[in-house]
Amino acid sequence: MKKIFSRPESLRDITTHYCPGCGHGIAHRLVTEVIDLLGVRGKVIAVAPVGCAVVAYDYWNFDCCEAAHGRALAVATGIKRCRPDRVVFTYQGDGDLAAIGTNETIHAANRGENLTVVFVNNAIYGMTGGQMAPTTLLGQVTSTTPGGRRAEVQGYPLKISEMLAMLPGVKYVERRGLFCPQEIIKAKAALHLAFDNQLRGGGFSLVELLSPCPTYWGMSPAAAMDWIRDTMVKEFPLGRIK
Amino acid sequence: MAKPVIDAEKCKGCGLCIKFCHKGLLKKSGKLNALGAVYVEFDKDTNICGGCCFCALVCPECCIEVQK
Repeated sequence: MKKIFSRPESLRDITTHYCPGCGHGIAHRLVTEVIDLLGVRGKVIAVAPVGCAVVAYDYWNFDCCEAAHGRALAVATGIKRCRPDRVVFTYQGDGDLAAIGTNETIHAANRGENLTVVFVNNAIYGMTGGQMAPTTLLGQVTSTTPGGRRAEVQGYPLKISEMLAMLPGVKYVERRGLFCPQEIIKAKAALHLAFDNQLRGGGFSLVELLSPCPTYWGMSPAAAMDWIRDTMVKEFPLGRIK
Repeated sequence: MAKPVIDAEKCKGCGLCIKFCHKGLLKKSGKLNALGAVYVEFDKDTNICGGCCFCALVCPECCIEVQK
């Protein structure tokens, strides 16, 4: 018998600390599959975020660097400018990229840095205990919005990908969901395009992945997948934004 | 025919592979692994797995290898 699906070489063979059904595991695998596919494992420098994926460097079998909360793109800018021959990407959650790191994100995008951003949006702060994030949907119950998020108090879900797509330095923005096998295949294709854009010197590229957080959504892993498909996609429509 | 090989020590029992296997060939084993999770197992008696890899694509732990 021949193996038709196995663990990518860039993904270390260890058990992750993620909760059962967490989308980070799928996102990690997609990133490593694309890096193996492009054959750039020896040239990659990843910048890990603060958030649930804070120890992503333990799971990836290539060079990684850790950044302070939200500052992944500032650190990545420094790395890429010192070593333009390297493939530099950041892997950030919504609390990291769209809340504390909004400043760094917008200015790195506006400078058109030749970087790739993997933006994992699960509409909640996972690591710190399920608080409201900027991307939390209206009506969504979190530990800091026990009655559901209300627009008049907490504002609207932040569509950072659409905002970044307006900037001239940004070359490629796509949003995909990790809620069914077909969409996971499309997400991999989007990541492939984003990394390819960097290899060709195209400029700033970002792929947003809608990812399940069953623990803090208070659902089973299977129900969390359905919730992305039925509810989250209405607020964050899938497809190529730029 | 194809078959998924599940690493029982890595499986956290989230059940996403069970949800997306359209032939219903995966089930909870009823046994615990070292992580304290009820891991998933493949129904060995069937011979109808087509190797679509949907189980492996959705596995967050990447603990399913598909052979054909």
